[in-house]
Amino acid sequence: MAQANSRADVPVTVDEEKCIDGCTLCVDMCPLDSLAIHPETGKAYMHVDECWYCGPCAARCPVDAVTVNIPYLLR
Amino acid sequence: MQIPQVDDRRRLECDVLVVGGGTAGTMAALTAARHGASVLIMEKAHVRHSGALAMGMDGVNNAVVPGKATPEDYVADITVANDGIVNQRTVHRTATRGFEMVQRLESYGVKFEKDEHDEYAVRKVHRSGSYVLPMPEGKEVKKVLYRELRSRKVRANVMMTNRVMPVRVLTEDGRAVGAVGFDTRTGEFVTVSAGAVILAAGACGRLGLPASGYLYGTYENPTNAGDGYAMAYHAGAELSGIECFQINPLIKDYNGPACAYVANPFGGYQVNGEGNRFVDCDYWSGQMMAEVKRELDSSRGPIYLKLSHLPDTTIGEIEGILHTTERPTRGTFHAGRGTDYRERDIEMHISEIGLCSGHSASGVWVDEHARTTVPGLYAAGDMACVPHNYMIGAFVYGDIAGEDAASYAKTAARPELPEDQIEAAHDLIYRPASNPEGPPQPQVEYKLRRFVNDYLQPPKTERYLTLGVEAFERMRVDIAQMGARTPHELMRCAEVTFIRDCAEMAARASLTRTESRWGLYHSRDDLPVQDDANWFCHLNLSKDPSNEQMRFDRRPVAPYIVPVPGFVRPDGVPDAPAPRGTELAEAWR
Repeated sequence: MAQANSRADVPVTVDEEKCIDGCTLCVDMCPLDSLAIHPETGKAYMHVDECWYCGPCAARCPVDAVTVNIPYLLR
Repeated sequence: MQIPQVDDRRRLECDVLVVGGGTAGTMAALTAARHGASVLIMEKAHVRHSGALAMGMDGVNNAVVPGKATPEDYVADITVANDGIVNQRTVHRTATRGFEMVQRLESYGVKFEKDEHDEYAVRKVHRSGSYVLPMPEGKEVKKVLYRELRSRKVRANVMMTNRVMPVRVLTEDGRAVGAVGFDTRTGEFVTVSAGAVILAAGACGRLGLPASGYLYGTYENPTNAGDGYAMAYHAGAELSGIECFQINPLIKDYNGPACAYVANPFGGYQVNGEGNRFVDCDYWSGQMMAEVKRELDSSRGPIYLKLSHLPDTTIGEIEGILHTTERPTRGTFHAGRGTDYRERDIEMHISEIGLCSGHSASGVWVDEHARTTVPGLYAAGDMACVPHNYMIGAFVYGDIAGEDAASYAKTAARPELPEDQIEAAHDLIYRPASNPEGPPQPQVEYKLRRFVNDYLQPPKTERYLTLGVEAFERMRVDIAQMGARTPHELMRCAEVTFIRDCAEMAARASLTRTESRWGLYHSRDDLPVQDDANWFCHLNLSKDPSNEQMRFDRRPVAPYIVPVPGFVRPDGVPDAPAPRGTELAEAWR
């Protein structure tokens, strides 16, 4: 099947300056399992655009590095 | 990704398997463990933040508190709100055991609102009784439950597997004996042998497509894709009232409650575009939803939650509740649109359709012991057909299921697991990985759920519903060709099969009930009259074992155990109050 890579604006953003190496709290807590640790940076990021904007990721982050924005289509 | 062989699997065992670690599931596990069972909770998210309470709840909608209301009031209220079609014995359990549950939750550390006399501050939202009880610090409720599960006395008996998703219940001789699933991160294949299985997998909230078009912007937690409905169906259990959809009045686009239940006691209410009130009761029922839709479709639309007339401090209090529980991003949403409650009223809309007995009545058929029609299989929470059961009902039925399942599992035989069913489930899980170039899940799911909107959204008609059935049959082909590259994508693909199953059930059940009932929930434009002569009954569906087709059976409404003032049963069946001295009569102390 022909495939295309199309960009999407994802709702959850992570401040890489603040994000702690080795911490996986936001990744562990996301109900949709939409966050992951990037293999190159070692920082958390949203790996799929699947979000209920419910907020455990931001609430559990010990250094306030995670921001939950409203998904673009709803904003 | 590498597809594991059928034999290459993690084999787990327990007395009681709980599918889903949300509201009902955590309570089921705590009670089953208390009764000495070894318990396994299989949770596809993480129990700490899963299910409808992922980020807490602002209060309970249906607590019958002694001195404030009676179980009889509550049962009668719910009977009327469902046009008489309820098994009162199930609703009665929620009424009589709800207060005990409030106290048990308090003993775990959940806070309920009290007035200056230290009495529970219940509020009136239903038509006659007062059952709505706010939970200050409601955002902590799941944390409290999780802490209890991890406590020293419980944790030896309760194992939790996070990020493991079951897809099928295993049966032997018509009895539930375990489940099959997989690890959504590693792709590992998993089977469980169990003495009893409790399905507590939540609503089918990812059925209709939200007007925003965003797949996960649903009212319900979108992880709840109807997994439990599909698993119960394929295990041979009966489901009931599937044609009685869930539709809710929500903040437009944000798709969360506005919420009149919270705002009413502070003086907030819903108005139309002309600034006038248009419902006489804010309790969510099919009738109220019909009134909301009528208003939206008229020149009086849109509708708003009106708060702007309230003093600043009151609005601050409302914000303090609405912006911190359930989904604490309402404030972010309003800020993005420049909406301040003090200056602008909140535009509302109606949600996409879903299946959920927590709010309406669509679910797996259970009796007052949370038993389904399959021995050894239980259902609790939003997916179990106990009408308008909400959070207290989920806790009560989790508790009931946990106790009954622990007892059942003690003597249940543990046969070898059926390899043919395990192989079929293996194919269901891993087939998309064998065709990674196939259409991706987001596209397939979008198409499927757009057809749900096109053909199932009330008002319903035979022609549209028939086109829906055809569309959902056609989607079987798309689903068979769907491709996945990672275990995460396999999870989403399996969920699409659940959504398709629920869509087909919703369409066929709506076609079968040839009348209109429950206001907007089952509004048939081609059959606008409520036909009590033929349809004062439950409509149950199940998978016919002889031909694997969906079959429908009418189940009579059991004699009422509680009189319903002002309601005349069209079938003339007399009430049958519980005899004195029985558990039913004595349950209320």
